[in-house]
Amino acid sequence: MVADTFDIHAYLEQHRNKELLRFITCGSVDDGKSTLIGRLLYDTQQVFEDQLAAVEKDSKKYGTTGDAPDLALLVDGLQAEREQGITIDVAYRYFTTEKRKYIIADTPGHEQYTRNMATGASTAELAIVLIDARHGLQVQTRRHSYIVHLLGIRKVVVAINKMDAVGYEQAVFERIREEYADFANQLGIEDFQCLPVCALNGANVTRGADEMPWYDGPTLLDVLENAPIGEHDLERPMRFPVQYVNRTRSEFRGFCGTLASGWIAVGDELVALPSGQRSKVGEIVTGQDRVEQACAGEAITLVLEDEIDISRGDVLVHGDRLPRVAEGFDARVVWMNDRPLLPGRQYDIKLATSELAATPEIIHHRIDVNTLQHHPAEQLALNEIGYCRFSTHRPLVFDAYAANPISGGFIIIDRVSNLTVGAGMIVRPVTDALADKSSNVVWHRQSIDKQARAVQKAQRPAVLWFTGLSGAGKSTVANALEQALFRRGHHSYLLDGDNVRHGLNRDLGFTDVDRVENIRRIGEVAKLMADAGLVVLSAFISPFRADRAMVRELMDAGEFIEIHVDAPLAVCESRDPKGLYAKARAGVIRNFTGIDSPYEPPEDPEIKIDTSELSVDECVEELLAYLKRRGILIG
Amino acid sequence: MSEPIAHTRQTHLEALEAESIHIIREVAATCQHPVMLYSIGKDSAVMLHLAKKAFWPGRLPFPLLHVDTTWKFREMYALRDRIAADPDLDLIVHVNEEGRAQGVSPMTHGSAVHTDIMKTQGLKQALSKHKFDAAFGGARRDEERSRAKERVFSFRDRNHRWDPKNQRPELWHLYNGRVHAGESIRVFPLSNWTELDVWQYIDLEGIEVVPLYLAAERPVVMRDGLMIMVDDERLPLEPGEQPEMKRIRFRTLGCYPLTGAVESDATTLPEIIREMLLARSSERQGRAIDKDAGASMEVKKQQGYF
Ligand SMILES: Nc1nc2c(ncn2[C@@H]2O[C@H](COP(=O)(O)OP(=O)(O)O)[C@@H](O)[C@H]2O)c(=O)[nH]1
Repeated sequence: MVADTFDIHAYLEQHRNKELLRFITCGSVDDGKSTLIGRLLYDTQQVFEDQLAAVEKDSKKYGTTGDAPDLALLVDGLQAEREQGITIDVAYRYFTTEKRKYIIADTPGHEQYTRNMATGASTAELAIVLIDARHGLQVQTRRHSYIVHLLGIRKVVVAINKMDAVGYEQAVFERIREEYADFANQLGIEDFQCLPVCALNGANVTRGADEMPWYDGPTLLDVLENAPIGEHDLERPMRFPVQYVNRTRSEFRGFCGTLASGWIAVGDELVALPSGQRSKVGEIVTGQDRVEQACAGEAITLVLEDEIDISRGDVLVHGDRLPRVAEGFDARVVWMNDRPLLPGRQYDIKLATSELAATPEIIHHRIDVNTLQHHPAEQLALNEIGYCRFSTHRPLVFDAYAANPISGGFIIIDRVSNLTVGAGMIVRPVTDALADKSSNVVWHRQSIDKQARAVQKAQRPAVLWFTGLSGAGKSTVANALEQALFRRGHHSYLLDGDNVRHGLNRDLGFTDVDRVENIRRIGEVAKLMADAGLVVLSAFISPFRADRAMVRELMDAGEFIEIHVDAPLAVCESRDPKGLYAKARAGVIRNFTGIDSPYEPPEDPEIKIDTSELSVDECVEELLAYLKRRGILIG
Repeated sequence: MSEPIAHTRQTHLEALEAESIHIIREVAATCQHPVMLYSIGKDSAVMLHLAKKAFWPGRLPFPLLHVDTTWKFREMYALRDRIAADPDLDLIVHVNEEGRAQGVSPMTHGSAVHTDIMKTQGLKQALSKHKFDAAFGGARRDEERSRAKERVFSFRDRNHRWDPKNQRPELWHLYNGRVHAGESIRVFPLSNWTELDVWQYIDLEGIEVVPLYLAAERPVVMRDGLMIMVDDERLPLEPGEQPEMKRIRFRTLGCYPLTGAVESDATTLPEIIREMLLARSSERQGRAIDKDAGASMEVKKQQGYF
């Protein structure tokens, strides 16, 4: 408790600058989720005496912890709730430290898990996934992690609980951690962290654990205190969905809304979508002040310099970083109602401040949250997740959910019952000539940059540079990967000997000088294509490190991905698909890499695949998983 | 484009403020006929302050409604009347006239009946009479365990009933306020605020609150374990009761014969916050209305109490 002598003014000063972090907790029944939350509330002194007294009373009736008050009852109406037949639902809890205020979305692991978890996860920036150390990874763990990932939470904290029940054994922790790492990898969860905890006594929750001297990482509370907040909000293109047109005084006309992403300043030129009209920011009003600029998350009112026709649902953006305007999109959908989603039926959707009629035309597939497998589906039942194509009844302004959750997430409303029946996350637009008409209006005066082109394709450009010996499998794997990318709707192009050597580089031979020039030209072409927003695959032996380094230099940071397709020379030689090794050995061809010309293997490739050990499909799987992790593939 | 001049991340109060303003504007934009319930307490004061900010330099696009049980503290009425004097605000005061005619009071009818008739029924009457389809309330989720699951937009049927099974999932900040004729939505813009946030915000923004929240010498009597302030002659003293002067304040303000005071020396907002941090009991303890069974709030909500 706070000491009697403490200085309130110092306290207020410090608490004035607190940040806000929202997180979700998920676990199966009895993993100890309520105990963990109770522990956080109790140790950060959010529990008043009368509440504790109520809990002590309840503990005698329902508690499972003997004489000690059962902290789980602080957060769980538990039996009381079930007796009253109240839906098990998302509950929100609050606690505060000197540094941050926390909002916990507490979602029960049992009934209605998908719907509730999706709801709780939608506003969270971090997820705590609980695992009972005695049982290790469960089907539910996978399900919870999948939903967390689906809703775009980047930071996952895996709390391996009940360490006391396994004798605080490091080996148990390590085993579960490795298992989880494999699974996270498969899902594309990049940022996860495993902690051994005991919710019951607070070890590694709010205090360090003498019980586990082998663990020297942070406590759960440390992780919460230091997790990044709103990391990418400012870098994202500016989106201002117009929420309300304020003309409550005749001389004033302001456009109210919450800035979804990016930032805005007085004088900025804006484009109103979908109409394409332009104006400039005259004033930014927040509260009762006029300010020069505003950032993501602020609720503001904009006054524009020109009288243009704007209403609720329009989106104001900067002309050089446009969202999509289309009448169709593909989206992942979580269904939340007893009456199933049926293709062809008309619903209303609400995305940011736009509300309009939309029809799911096709269900591409349903995703089994336990196995992550895709199944064909005629409809989506309560708590099912599907990938669907929607058509809207007028142009909608949006982004991919992965690029911008506020302009890419929507709810589905039943037009008759008015209920919220589903939630969707847009993956990509479905374009046709018609759908692009309003984008055209606004393109003409701007030079189109790489970013805009990539956004249009709903992907991140990249150069996947396959290198390796002749016969190592570069072209085979690159081809198979490109097919997989194409099936997923990505825009890609494969450069290989067949389409480069016979045209662009027809004049080059195989001397070292020509080899350098060969790679230089291919690198420049790849750069142009990446600039056009494509995922470029290149499959050339490219034996010299210096050349590959030169190509890497051409690209933006993080764009060049070197893939070492590795197989022992003997294996390559035994494959010899074009009979080249035989010819080289016979001296018919000269300067053949691996025989009489060196191959310099990459020292630190982004990824290495050994085709003597993996099948082509396995290589493709591995590459896809990697690209997902890197955020190059969305979905 | 240049870089943002100086960007500091939103503080928690800025984030809460922005969220509440977003909610208030969403209602103004999507509901036909909204109203803001104004109970004169600190939460109402914050909610009204946020609403003014949401529409500044414009005026509020909806009226305020005070459901008057006729048993509020005098200082509450004084503040209400000052607020209502603002030409930019429309304040509707509604009293359940049947209840008044029957002379319903907390003393004669007990707290439960009084609250039901004068507050719950009174509220329903006013909402039906003016055909409001959305009503803002200042309730927070941290007030009580059973509130933790309350939605920001809470759906009420034609009889103003809250059906726990028929609430809508709330994802992101996408609220669904659609109703059929006669149905309505209660909206709680302060859902994510805690008592501490509210006081910090009042302090930071300099919001006017009823002076009863600050400690002063006031006459009190003890009843059912609660310290009841003798505000005026509306409170008949029982035989043997002798008002005593004590240094008291209120953590929550309702009908005065139902609201218990606490002894306190906190005469400034920082001192209130300090006291709160040191306090060992939650604010609801001062409300006679919660004294019944643990699930009482749940039941009251189903009946249409806020
Ligand atoms: N041994 C041990 N038991 C725990 C721990 N955390 C929770 N429990 C117990 O596990 C049971 C389920 O806990 P609870 O918090 O209700 O789980 P929930 O269903 O996930 O909310 C209770 O009996 C707890 O006392 C822990 O760290 N160690």
